[in-house]
Amino acid sequence: MGEYSVLIGGKAGEGINTAGLSIAALFSRLGYRTYMYFDYPSLIRGGHNFAIIRASARAIGAHRTPVDVLLAFDQNSIDNHRERIHSGTTVIYDASQVVEAEGYGLPLDTILNEEKAPRITGNSAMLGALARVAGIGREVLEDVLRESVPAKHLDANLRVAGRGYDGADRVFSVEPLGGPALPVLTGNEVTGLGLVHGGLESYVAYPMTPTSNVLHFLANHAEGLAIKVLHPENEISVILMALGLAYAGEKAAVGTSGGGFCLMTEGLSLAGMAEIPVTIVMGQRPGPSTGLPTYTSQADLHFVLNAGQGEFPRLVVAPGDLDETYAWSATALMLSWKYQVPSIVLTDKTLAEGAFSFDIDAVAPHPDQEPVLWDGTGEYRRYARTGGGVSPLAFPGREGAVVKANSYVHDEAGFTTEAVDETIRLREKMLEKGESLSRELAGYPVVRSYGERNAGATIVCWGSEKWACIEAAEKLGARVVQPLVLAPFPTRAFKEAMIGAGRVACVENNATGQLARLLRQHGFEPGRSVLKYDGRPFAVDELEARLAEVFS
Amino acid sequence: MTPTRPPGRPAGDLISPAQNTWCPGCGNFSIEHMMKSAIAELSEEEGIPLENFVIVGGIGCHGKLTDYLNVNSFYGIHGRSIPAATGICLANPDLKIICHVGDGDIYAEGLDHLIFAAKRNSDITVVVHDNRVYGLTTGQYTPTSPTGFKGRSTPGGITEHPINPLELMLAAGATHIARGYTKKVRHLKDLFKEAIMHRGFSFIDVLQICATYFNLTDYYNAHAYELAEGEVDTGRFESALGKIREWDYDREAPIALGTFYSVERPTYEEKFQALTAGRPDRRALVRKVIEERR
Repeated sequence: MGEYSVLIGGKAGEGINTAGLSIAALFSRLGYRTYMYFDYPSLIRGGHNFAIIRASARAIGAHRTPVDVLLAFDQNSIDNHRERIHSGTTVIYDASQVVEAEGYGLPLDTILNEEKAPRITGNSAMLGALARVAGIGREVLEDVLRESVPAKHLDANLRVAGRGYDGADRVFSVEPLGGPALPVLTGNEVTGLGLVHGGLESYVAYPMTPTSNVLHFLANHAEGLAIKVLHPENEISVILMALGLAYAGEKAAVGTSGGGFCLMTEGLSLAGMAEIPVTIVMGQRPGPSTGLPTYTSQADLHFVLNAGQGEFPRLVVAPGDLDETYAWSATALMLSWKYQVPSIVLTDKTLAEGAFSFDIDAVAPHPDQEPVLWDGTGEYRRYARTGGGVSPLAFPGREGAVVKANSYVHDEAGFTTEAVDETIRLREKMLEKGESLSRELAGYPVVRSYGERNAGATIVCWGSEKWACIEAAEKLGARVVQPLVLAPFPTRAFKEAMIGAGRVACVENNATGQLARLLRQHGFEPGRSVLKYDGRPFAVDELEARLAEVFS
Repeated sequence: MTPTRPPGRPAGDLISPAQNTWCPGCGNFSIEHMMKSAIAELSEEEGIPLENFVIVGGIGCHGKLTDYLNVNSFYGIHGRSIPAATGICLANPDLKIICHVGDGDIYAEGLDHLIFAAKRNSDITVVVHDNRVYGLTTGQYTPTSPTGFKGRSTPGGITEHPINPLELMLAAGATHIARGYTKKVRHLKDLFKEAIMHRGFSFIDVLQICATYFNLTDYYNAHAYELAEGEVDTGRFESALGKIREWDYDREAPIALGTFYSVERPTYEEKFQALTAGRPDRRALVRKVIEERR
């Protein structure tokens, strides 16, 4: 087959996410590239959670509707996914819960009783049965468990996994590919690691789906990564603390979603006026307001582009996969410091909580950038007007410098002013800084494209829809153009990428076509919008069908 | 307000050349000069370099102090001085960070931050310019305005009671709590010095007269008194609470000035320092974390 899709479903609290990651690890162990989509409602126990794990010989970053194996802990996990089951689908279910199904029924209650194993080990039974169905050796299964299960629970998990393995038959054979076993990481984890690559010293956040896991991951690795991780009282405090850290010389980033970002906008404006660097990880989910808190969306593009009062330059990047997330999180932080502007790493739930095989050696890191520091000569002026609009930085505690940061309109030394000439000079300095940033970005891969230039049809997309678009484009013989930087908008690079575009479709996870609107603002015709706004990302086959209508 | 001469550095010459725009008779002048003296004296007496002082301000008349003192400053936004100050302290715990805040600024917009900084025992000093009226927005009531106060937004007089910020801070976990008065300048300066040197969260509510909108000089002069040595046991919560409740910012009562509470507790910033000590190669650490996931 060469590629496999597995769905595992059950109630919240049964460890579906962890089980999904173990399934990804199983395929990863055999040299496959994996991608996991995790779908869950906003509740702690009950309801219906599921994960779709796809494995392929090539890099992937999207799921498909049909699955080869369906692992069901309850009847919902079968009933809710009837459209995914086809003649070749193998169903494995918990015979103690599911009343109506065809396939391998594992009597989990009996198994767990007999093995005196806790409920959560039921996942290992499913994993064992999957391994058997997929023709994966018992030793590979045990290896994966040994690496993912804590030592004190290992024996019980191995026994239960063995029972699952014995409870099914081989249906197909997943051939080992001989490639390296790549680690499986989420977008949130890689965002955190990318920030550290870029020089992060402190991460500050208030919990909010879908970026809470950046906070959790970095907090768990605070010692290992030598960073401070802080969780203050609210998002207002979060961004102000980050600005305080940066004012005093420490590189800081914050993470949130739309609702928290609303609260951060006054701090964002302060960062703009006071020229204090800060990187904001903004994981989108459907709004307005609480919206669909655990689902996905690309509806905050214009919010982040325009958030805050007044006018100031900002950097907005929207990575589409782990490689881009790693490189651009680092670069956002470094350029934020070089140009003393706020930067926003715009992700969404699909990317943030999705899990992907990650090959750090395949990441082409962007150049290192250093902030411009005061050389210590003469009198220090925090907002000195130099060529390019960037003033050298000094931090409090530095002998001979009085460092005056100011949210008011200010003169070069940082003193408040309301004078006409000073106001104009300040405004122009900030604009000049934005221009310098824009020029610098011309040397970066700010717009990426895939496929042949003479394809005659082009799919424009941004962020996490990238891989669904790449696969759909291959099927349809189209090209993909993906702007990675959305502010300052890379007009020239985008124009170049769109030469000979032919028919154009603009694929987005929102209801109004926000990228299309941005493209129009910059003088481009975005073609037909292909939109999905149910809180779920496009499945590849679903997108293929939608695009076939546009391009037919 | 552009300075016409370069910032001078000698101790005692800490007033910047920025043009002062406070009203004549404003209580802020006392705070400015006593803060200047406190900084200069601490620098000389304790050997703290002047470049290690940082003033953080919000928005309101008090905020202009960030311009008027020639020390490091962060002129922030309404109500948000405290999280910024906490960030500065986290980055460099050697700094002496003094938040100058207004009563509207910090007891209304910024109250959550104030409570949490006290709860955390963040090693910062908070000086509240408590004139019990919004000055720069031309005379509206604040959280410490007395019942019946008639402001521009409440012409019929407010029916709510003022908060007692000292009581609030004691409950929140502040480790150093004091009250000063802008007409008692020498006393005020000593309170500043004591608070700045306190390791942990220090809080001073400064009764400040607003010459234009709420001049309580006669009232304060008639009621305020300096706490005598031993009048309150500053190491005991109950003793402090009793004295703090003597006046509730509303009814007629003697108004005690001085330090009500002062105890030592671990600070918020301490436990974070070890994490970023040294200059580790973080990229190697990133690799290590990824390898562990293989």
